[in-house]
Amino acid sequence: MSNDIRINKGLTLRLKGEAEKVLVDAPRFKTYAVKPPDFHAVIPKMVVKEGAKVQAGDELFFSKYTGEVRFTSPVSGTLKEIKRGEKRRILEVVIEADASDSYREFGTMDPLSADADAVKARILESGGGAFLNQRPYDIPADPKDTPKAIFVSALNTAPLSADVEFILKDRLDAFQAGLNALSRLTPGKVHVSVAGNGAGTFSGLQNVEIHKVFGPHPAANVGVQIHKIDPINAGERVWTIKPEDVANIGDLFLTGRFTAVRTVAVCGSEAKDRKYYRTIIGAPVAELIGDVSTKDVRIISGDVLTGTQVNRDQYLGFFPNELTLIPEGNQYRMFGWLPFTYNNIPSNSRTSLTWMFPKRKYEVNTNLHGEERALVVTGEMEEVLPMDLFPMQLLKACMGADIEKMENLGIYEVAPEDFALIDYVNTSKIEAQEIIRLGLDLMITEVG
Amino acid sequence: MEWIRQKLDKFKEPFAKGKKLEKYSPAINALDTFLYTPNHTTQKGAHIRDAVDLKRVMITVVIALIPVLLFSMWNTGYQYLKQIQPEVDFWDAFGHGAMEILPMIVVSYAVGLGIEFAFAIFRGHEVNEGYLVTGLLIPMIMPVGLPLWMLAISVVFAVIIGKEAFGGTGMNILNPALTARAFAFFAYPTYMSGNQVWVMNAAKVDGVSGETILGTLAAGQPVEYDSMDMFMGLIPGSVSETSAVLCLLGALFLIFTKVGSWRIMLSAVIGAAAMGLIFNALPMMGVEGNALTNFPWYNHLIVGGLAFGIVYMATDPVSASQTLKGKWIYGFLIGFFSVMIRVFNPAYPEGVMLAILLMNVFAPTIDHYVIQANIKRRLKRKNEGINAQINTAV
Repeated sequence: MSNDIRINKGLTLRLKGEAEKVLVDAPRFKTYAVKPPDFHAVIPKMVVKEGAKVQAGDELFFSKYTGEVRFTSPVSGTLKEIKRGEKRRILEVVIEADASDSYREFGTMDPLSADADAVKARILESGGGAFLNQRPYDIPADPKDTPKAIFVSALNTAPLSADVEFILKDRLDAFQAGLNALSRLTPGKVHVSVAGNGAGTFSGLQNVEIHKVFGPHPAANVGVQIHKIDPINAGERVWTIKPEDVANIGDLFLTGRFTAVRTVAVCGSEAKDRKYYRTIIGAPVAELIGDVSTKDVRIISGDVLTGTQVNRDQYLGFFPNELTLIPEGNQYRMFGWLPFTYNNIPSNSRTSLTWMFPKRKYEVNTNLHGEERALVVTGEMEEVLPMDLFPMQLLKACMGADIEKMENLGIYEVAPEDFALIDYVNTSKIEAQEIIRLGLDLMITEVG
Repeated sequence: MEWIRQKLDKFKEPFAKGKKLEKYSPAINALDTFLYTPNHTTQKGAHIRDAVDLKRVMITVVIALIPVLLFSMWNTGYQYLKQIQPEVDFWDAFGHGAMEILPMIVVSYAVGLGIEFAFAIFRGHEVNEGYLVTGLLIPMIMPVGLPLWMLAISVVFAVIIGKEAFGGTGMNILNPALTARAFAFFAYPTYMSGNQVWVMNAAKVDGVSGETILGTLAAGQPVEYDSMDMFMGLIPGSVSETSAVLCLLGALFLIFTKVGSWRIMLSAVIGAAAMGLIFNALPMMGVEGNALTNFPWYNHLIVGGLAFGIVYMATDPVSASQTLKGKWIYGFLIGFFSVMIRVFNPAYPEGVMLAILLMNVFAPTIDHYVIQANIKRRLKRKNEGINAQINTAV
C-alpha cells in the first residue's frame, strides 16, 4: 500500500529572501521570553514571582483549566518581568538568562521500555506538554484525553519557511527518541509526513508510519495531511506536534534535560543575515535581526501567511521556526484596479500577468491591495484548499454562528492555518483565518 | 502625481471619522479608491495578499463587454440605415448607433450608481463594485428604442427590489440586469417585443422589417438571414445580443482570466444543443414539428440572446450556483430551458432571460443538494468510525 499523499490544489508562492542553508549557533542572548498568548485558550496561572531564580525546565506557569500542562522555562536565569496587557492579561514572561544554562535534572528514560504513564508524566512535568496541540480546534492538547493518533508534519511548504530536514539532520537520534515517546501516548499510530522530493533524511525512522507528501502549499499543513490520512470525526481527538519539538522531547528522554532548542530561519526581503540560527525558544527579535532598519518593515514571528506581527523589542513566539521581515505596504497605487497592471505584485488571478513568469521570485509587501467587500467571486477558495469540504459555505456558517451547519460542513477538520491561503487569494479580502478561529472558539464553548 | 494625492487627502479631511461629514465618507471613499488603491495594510490573518480585488474583477468583465458594445453601436446604426439607403457608411452607422446607445448607458449608470451610493451612505458600508457591470449590461440587453425613462424605472426596480432588498451586492437571488429586463418586459410589453422595436425608429419608417429571427420563426415566416449573418451578428435584436462571435471572444477572455466560469458556459452550450437536437429529431420520430422545432440546433446557439446570456449573465457568480458540480447542472439547465421556452412559448420568442432567472431561483437548491452529499459523506465516515470502535470494544 502506498502511503503517498498527492496534493493538487494549492498555491506555492515564490518570494524573495529565502534563508541561506547555513546553520549558525546563535550567541547566548541576555533575555528570553515565553508568551502565554502563543497557547490559544490557555489562561496562565504563574507559579514563580518576578525576581525568582529558575533553571531550564522549572515551571513558570500552568494552565488554569487543564492544570496538568506545565509551561517551563526554556533557559536558566532570573525571572525579570511579567509583562501584562489589558485586563492584566499576561503577554510575556521575560527571563534574564544566566551566562550558561543549568538544567533541572529529570533523569534519562527509555520511552519504549518504560511504563506508558511514566512517559506521559515525564513529558508533562518537564514542560514538553506545551509542544502538543490538539485537533479539532487547534488548541493545546489536554493530557486527560487519549488521542486517536499523533501527526507530525516534517516538511514545510509555506513561503520562505524553514527546511525541516535541514534543521533536524544533526538531531535525528533525538527525533527518533521523541517519536518513540509519542508512540506511547496513543493507542493509534504516529504519522510522520515527509517531503516527497526531499533528501530522504527521515527515511530510516522507526515506530512510525511515514507518508511522502507531494504538491504545493498547503501540502505541509498537518490538517491537510490528517484529512487525507485519517480524518477527524465529531468527538474524536488527535494530537499534532512540530518536528523540532519532537526532537526536544527526545532530548528529554536521552539526556534528562528540557532543552528548548529552536532553529530559526531569518528570512524575507528586508532581512540582512538570512541564515538559520540555532537558539532557544523565545529569543529576542532585535538580537536575531541585527542592525537592520525596521522603519516601514513588518517583522513576523512565523511565516508570511500564518505568523504574528512583533516589534523589534519583543520576542519570537513559542512555535515558529521563521522570523520574516518584509516591507510594509502603506503606500497608495494609482489606478491599482486596472487589470494587467502592477505585475510586480504576485497574483493567483489571471487578471495580472504574473502567471507568465512561474519561476520568478517576488518581493511582497503587506498592502491589502484593495478593500473588504461582499463575497462575490466563487470557486477561488476551493482552488487553494485541498480538502473535501466547502470553504466558502463553512466560512458563512461560522459568520452566522450556525453550530449545526459548521459541524456538518467539517469544522472539526480545519484550523485557521488551513485558511491562510484563502486569506491570501480571496477577492473580497475577507479575514478567513480570523473567522475560522472565532468559529472554532464558539465550538469549544458550545460543544467542547 | 503626488499633488493629486495631497489634494485628495485634504479634500477628504471633513469626511474623516468623528468629523462633520463622516456619514458621507462611503461616497467619497468610492471616488478615492477609484483613483488610488488605498494604503491599507494587513492587520490580521495572512500578512500578504493577492493583487486582485473586486474592482479588478468587475473591470475585467467590463473589458470583456467592450468589443460587443462597440459592435452593437455599429450594428444598431447599420440595421437602421440599411433600411432607408442602399449604401451604409461605417462611421455613419457607428455614429447613429452611438448616439442611441450612449444616452442609455449614461442613464443606467447615473440612476443605478446614485441608488448604490445612497444605500452605501444609509447603511454605512463601502460602495460595492457590482454595479459597474450591471449598469453596462442593462442598456446592452434592452431594445434600442426603449424610452430613457422606462430604462431608468427598470434600473430603479432592479437595484432596489432585485438587489438592495436582499441585502446588497453578494446577497441577491436574481441577476440584477435580467431583473431590469424582466421588469421592462412585463411592465412595457409593447416596447419590449413585437416586430417594431428591434431596429431604431422602425415604427416611423415605412417598409422596415425589424423582426428578430426568433420572432420571424414564431410567426411562421421564412428567415432571410443565413447562419453566417447570425454568427457575426448582422441581425436585428436587443442592443448587444446579436453577435455570437464577439460573445465568444468575450467568453474566451473571461475564461482565460478565470473571471467567468467555463463550466457554466460550456454546460449551457451543451444544454442548448441537446434541446435543439431533441427538437430537430422530432421529424424522425414521426412528429412534424414547426419552424422553431426544425430550426437547426447550431442556429439556436447563435441567434437571439443565448450567447450573450450564457457568457455574461449566467456566469454572474452571485446568482449562479456556487459549487463546481452545481455549476455544471445550473449551466446545462439554462441552455436546455432557453431553447425549450423559445420553441414552446410563442408569446416569448426569446427564452434565455426567463431560463436564467428561473435557474437563478433554483441555484441555491442545486447547491443545497451538492453540499448535502458532502455532509452525508462526512456523517457516514463518522458512523463507520463509531461502529469500528464498538467492534473493537466488543
